[in-house]
Amino acid sequence: MGISRRAALQGMVLGGASVAGAATASAAERPEPPSDAVGLLYDTTLCIGCKTCVVACQDANGLPRDPAGIDAKYDAPVDLSAKTKNVIKLYVEGGKRSFVKVQCMHCVDPACTSACMLGALQKREHGIVSYDPALCVGCRYCEVACPYNVPRFEFAKATPKIVKCELCRTRLAEGREPACSEVCPRKAVIFGKRSDLLKEAKRRLAASPGKYVPKVFGETDGGGTQVLYLSHVPFEKLGFPTLGDESTPSMLRSLQHSVYRGFAAPAALYAVLGMVMLRNRRAGPGGEP
Amino acid sequence: MTPHATPVGGRLWTPSVQLLSGILGISLIVMLWRFVFGLGATTALNDGYPLGLWIAFDVVTGTALACGGYGVAILVYVLNKGRYHPMVRPALLTSALGYTLAAIGVNLDLGRWYLVWKVPLYFWHWNFNSALLEVALCIMAYMVVLWIELSPAFFEKFQDSPIEPLRRVSRAALPILEKASLWIIALGLLLPTMHQSSLGTLMLLAGARLHPLWNTPILPLLFLISCVSMGYAMVVFESAFSSIAFKRTPEIKMLAGLAGAMVPILYVFAVLRFADLAWRGRLGLLFAGDGRSVLAALEFVLFLAPTVMLASRARRHDLGNLVRAAMVMMFAGALYRFDTYLVAFTPGAHWSYFPSVQEILVTLGLVSVELMAYILIVKTFPILAGHPAAAERQAV
Repeated sequence: MGISRRAALQGMVLGGASVAGAATASAAERPEPPSDAVGLLYDTTLCIGCKTCVVACQDANGLPRDPAGIDAKYDAPVDLSAKTKNVIKLYVEGGKRSFVKVQCMHCVDPACTSACMLGALQKREHGIVSYDPALCVGCRYCEVACPYNVPRFEFAKATPKIVKCELCRTRLAEGREPACSEVCPRKAVIFGKRSDLLKEAKRRLAASPGKYVPKVFGETDGGGTQVLYLSHVPFEKLGFPTLGDESTPSMLRSLQHSVYRGFAAPAALYAVLGMVMLRNRRAGPGGEP
Repeated sequence: MTPHATPVGGRLWTPSVQLLSGILGISLIVMLWRFVFGLGATTALNDGYPLGLWIAFDVVTGTALACGGYGVAILVYVLNKGRYHPMVRPALLTSALGYTLAAIGVNLDLGRWYLVWKVPLYFWHWNFNSALLEVALCIMAYMVVLWIELSPAFFEKFQDSPIEPLRRVSRAALPILEKASLWIIALGLLLPTMHQSSLGTLMLLAGARLHPLWNTPILPLLFLISCVSMGYAMVVFESAFSSIAFKRTPEIKMLAGLAGAMVPILYVFAVLRFADLAWRGRLGLLFAGDGRSVLAALEFVLFLAPTVMLASRARRHDLGNLVRAAMVMMFAGALYRFDTYLVAFTPGAHWSYFPSVQEILVTLGLVSVELMAYILIVKTFPILAGHPAAAERQAV
């Protein structure tokens, strides 16, 4: 079957070219945080788990209470959800325990914005990953993409939206800081410019050697995040994924751009296909012996 | 274009069509339920598993099974194997139906389906980093291209219509289509190459949450190769189905030739997949003994089994064996896609997903529509080539 082998070969050449292209284009654009990037710094050694930030977040974002427990009378969201953009979780193992605050990490190079077809999720002012429902068709690809499983979807509604922390960007526009950091009685979570927060985190690490895991989570993880963490227990215990320094979207851009850069490859393929068929038509249909 | 193609004719409202419309009726009620009460009320989808049966089957598997038009077009127009020409129209019909149903499936799945029109129109908002955008635009465009490619079958019927305007439009359209056909067909080859590979790229964005047995930069290539094998398998299956259902002489020689073409494609897929696992030092995972390793191993078995089933010339000319091999091949590709989209996706141990009854009913409804439309169209329009078999040769 000559045809089949040739078909297989052509396929391999096509695919091989794309893989080879990916390798040569590995020096992909790795975005830096914008110069006016803001974020949060959360310190597990300061948090007492009072959850004031959880309630403040609900109020600031017009979210309902999220009661749990046996008689469902205690406002105690157990995870991020369509009703909860910010939650405090508790890790206990043996004698070790730690609270951890969970909300959108506001990645430097977010996978969700890379997934989003029309840019409903997009890094806007201050590098905040913001949501514009007018551009969202509800495909939920952002939920597949986010390595932190942050975006949530209003499955219960017939006209649903994506729900995620937007770092209180409407409050920022009014010159106020995010609700969670504003109300924190222990300053376990503080708001500021990312560069300042990173400096502060490193100062704390240097000031108390041995107190923390020697790492600022979010400095480089998954290409970096605008929400930074200091912890006295290993980050993976708190539910953080182990990510390399290059973001997944950045790696994928090198793969995709090598194939689709300037739409040259598809255009060339189209032209070649057309020419081959034109030649075939002139030659007349070939048969097989 | 295919002078020998003729309508099958016969009664339209047959028991099988009645049964299929019954299933469709139930499915339509569930669809209405979904639109009124939302996805949470009708599906098992959740924030851990935001994509489910409708995406993994209706779209990702359905469009691959609808790649017969793509596969046959490569054979006939690129490799210039004119003898396969009679297969073009039936393959295009299954493709056009498959893609149309996938498009409907997407709209059921989209939470905010009422804004979907913005995707093709709001071009100034297009995010060119989004593999999903590319898939969405390509699938929309390809669906239109497929119906244009198939349109001569309708115009040939209508050129003798008693309705004057219809007759005139048909007669005007046919020569135009004939002239433009080459560039339309080229588009019909380019678009699936792009979006079938991008369906693989799509899941790569899940990064570390995509299990290492499936997570590879050659995922786009593997998706492209498997869509060709699935498309060919569908053509064989569809052709055998037509020969039995409409009592026509099976095009055994052509199907055998096609089957011969599939063997190396399956080999290439299996070898690439294996070599990639070995290259990245992940072969051990294949023997881990957990559910995922069993499924991945099963993929290899299913991809390689048809190469044995179709190894000899005699077995390639045995219609029953051809159909069985085609079914294994379709199942192999379907499993590979299900695995990549659902099994390989690991959002965390506390999440789980199994399709709800409503999701399954909707999918069954979409498959029924497709079968029904196929039956009705081949009976009415010149799609199938060949002629009814003599009575004594009907049994297969």
